[in-house]
Amino acid sequence: MPKPISFVLWALVVALGTFALWAIAVNRGESIDAMWFIVAAVCVYALGYRFYSAFLAAKVLSLDATRATPAERLSDGRDFVPTNRWIVFGHHFAAIAGPGPLIGPTLAAQFGYLPGTLWILIGAVLGGCVQDFVALFCSIRRNGRSLGQMARDELGPIGGAVALIGVMAIMIILIAVLGLVVVNAMRHSPWATSTVAATIPIAVMIGLFMRHLRPGRVLEGTAIGVILLLGAVFAGGWIDDQPTLRTWFDYDAPALALMVIVYGFAAAVLPVWLLLAPRDYLSTFMKIGTIVALAIAIVILNPTVKMPALTQFVDGTGPIFGGNVFPFVFITIACGAISGFHSLIASGTTPKLLANERDARFIGYGAMAMESFVAIMAMVAACVLDPGVFFAINSPAGVVGAQAADAVATITAWGYPVTVDQMNTLAQEMGESTLFARTGGAPSLAVGMASIFSSAFGNTLLSVWYHFAIMFEALFILTTVDAGTRVARFMLQDLLGNVARPLGRTSWYPSVLLCSALVVAGWGYFLYFGTLDPLGGINSLWPLFGIANQMLAAIALCVATTVLVKSGRVRFVWVTALPLVWLVAVTTSAAWEKLFSPDLRVGFLSHADDLAAQLAAGTLSDAAAAQAPQLIFNDRLDAALTFFFLVTVWVLIVETARICYASLSGKRCPPLAETPHVPTQLAEG
Amino acid sequence: MIATLRRAWMVFRELTGDDAYERYLTHWRDHHAEADREPLSRAAFCRDEQRRKWDGVRRCC
Repeated sequence: MPKPISFVLWALVVALGTFALWAIAVNRGESIDAMWFIVAAVCVYALGYRFYSAFLAAKVLSLDATRATPAERLSDGRDFVPTNRWIVFGHHFAAIAGPGPLIGPTLAAQFGYLPGTLWILIGAVLGGCVQDFVALFCSIRRNGRSLGQMARDELGPIGGAVALIGVMAIMIILIAVLGLVVVNAMRHSPWATSTVAATIPIAVMIGLFMRHLRPGRVLEGTAIGVILLLGAVFAGGWIDDQPTLRTWFDYDAPALALMVIVYGFAAAVLPVWLLLAPRDYLSTFMKIGTIVALAIAIVILNPTVKMPALTQFVDGTGPIFGGNVFPFVFITIACGAISGFHSLIASGTTPKLLANERDARFIGYGAMAMESFVAIMAMVAACVLDPGVFFAINSPAGVVGAQAADAVATITAWGYPVTVDQMNTLAQEMGESTLFARTGGAPSLAVGMASIFSSAFGNTLLSVWYHFAIMFEALFILTTVDAGTRVARFMLQDLLGNVARPLGRTSWYPSVLLCSALVVAGWGYFLYFGTLDPLGGINSLWPLFGIANQMLAAIALCVATTVLVKSGRVRFVWVTALPLVWLVAVTTSAAWEKLFSPDLRVGFLSHADDLAAQLAAGTLSDAAAAQAPQLIFNDRLDAALTFFFLVTVWVLIVETARICYASLSGKRCPPLAETPHVPTQLAEG
Repeated sequence: MIATLRRAWMVFRELTGDDAYERYLTHWRDHHAEADREPLSRAAFCRDEQRRKWDGVRRCC
């Protein structure tokens, strides 16, 4: 494109983006069109990609198109395969896009749409995309080594050990909180429970089909599976209408939690081909399909965002989770802006596929921008609900009251009018007995998606859309549960293998059983007691997950910063150091508040002390008194875990500072582990 | 038009891994074809592939 035209075009993008952001930010009226969110987001990502990532690629990382990538040098037709950039982008995006960016923004909507939206955009462009891009780059220059290995190489054994334990901890908390989201969606809902249950035999059938009947026919298997899944959504509706049959699928939260735990264990010890692999195919298709459908629906139907820009809950009194907008909006959004987990993917399979180093920009930076866009859509879907309805669905009974009348009275008193009739009608339309206190984000997102979709296809299908959305979220949450349990098991086996050698053999069945049981017991514990927590387990577990995830991002940025310093790029160290400083500030202050805040819904320790005092004074009801010792213990356990995260981050920061200082002042430090330059033989493509 | 559709279909198959075995055969013929060796059968290849694929972090939150 001739220069002047390109200049005018990008100037227009700047103008349009600024105008859209301004419209979102200053709006204090009743409502605003979703279109403004989409326009602002697309402009911000386009500018970030066109200019900032170009700067990173050319100046900071000096991507070198003449340098042979690991895929080319080590090409073995299996792990290392030079692959078309669009294909790699597809694989990478499918791997990084999980339930996180759908749930986080939905929960963060309690502050109003503005804080979350701004952080999703700014955090992604300056933080998350940079992290993914640099982690991918570092791994490409190191034969596709993993984050843990790179931490060990660049920061020494302490950094490596901290990274490994950090990854395991985040996995445990992540699976627990995701399990809780699914459980809250299925609680006393025969339709949702039976549909989600049906996904298990469907996955097994597809697994058998692809193993024995038609090996490797991914598309055939998936097509059959998707049809069966859609059938299961309708069948669930039919079951819900059968007076006796429906009772088979009607459970309270603790019972469902136990089932998810048993399921998780079974999935971890069964062969991969039987359950995990086919479920993953189905969930990936459903995920991409639903995201695309949601994007099209939002763009075409342009729903109205009814949530105010800011709510009074920025002061920390929010019903879904306690805590001020700083730092908790950043902890809550997590995945949609910066997700530490991505650095594991960016240093796993993806770097072994890149045909050209230059593609790292498109794949690392671009895929994260796309993921962040998913988070924006989740924010929109949550905010198209009436705020009163949003809070009624998401507020735990312990905060607003267990009776419908109490809950609506409390929420209406906050200034978000909602009535019992309105909630009953909505529940009826969605084919549910109640939508109150379905904390976790999945149900309110499903209601949001159902209302967006149904406005295109008519109201008769509302309940089907709702359960389709629930099924879709449960499907890929359960995939994460399975895959995460497996990964954590491998890590545990790796760790225990240092103590007792046979335990480290990943194919030795007793070790598989033992380590799977330990991992499942770990997350199962948090999940089960999360369902018993009167404040809603999300209130304590999601911030823990957010802290852990951002901590992992901090680890990745520590490695990246060290690499920049050691490779003589000190001039540009702010590129990773600034997001790192910000993340450390956020995780430290959030962890500090979760530990020591006197607010009972924020501070774990003050909540434990308060409960202990009430127990001693005998002011609790019998049921509450019986539960109290367990809750007190859990609070202290959560506090210990938070403290552990805090220490982990700071140990790594100190190590990073020490190594960087040593490198700059010419002292001894682990050398830069980059592989030497080998010219590429592949034709320029 | 038909050529474009074909091309899109090929990309889609590659993206989903549907043609993994065909691509393996091509790779095998180019790099490992020797008189006394046979490539893996479809079923054996898929088994191997699945085991390899799930040894590591494959999915995210």
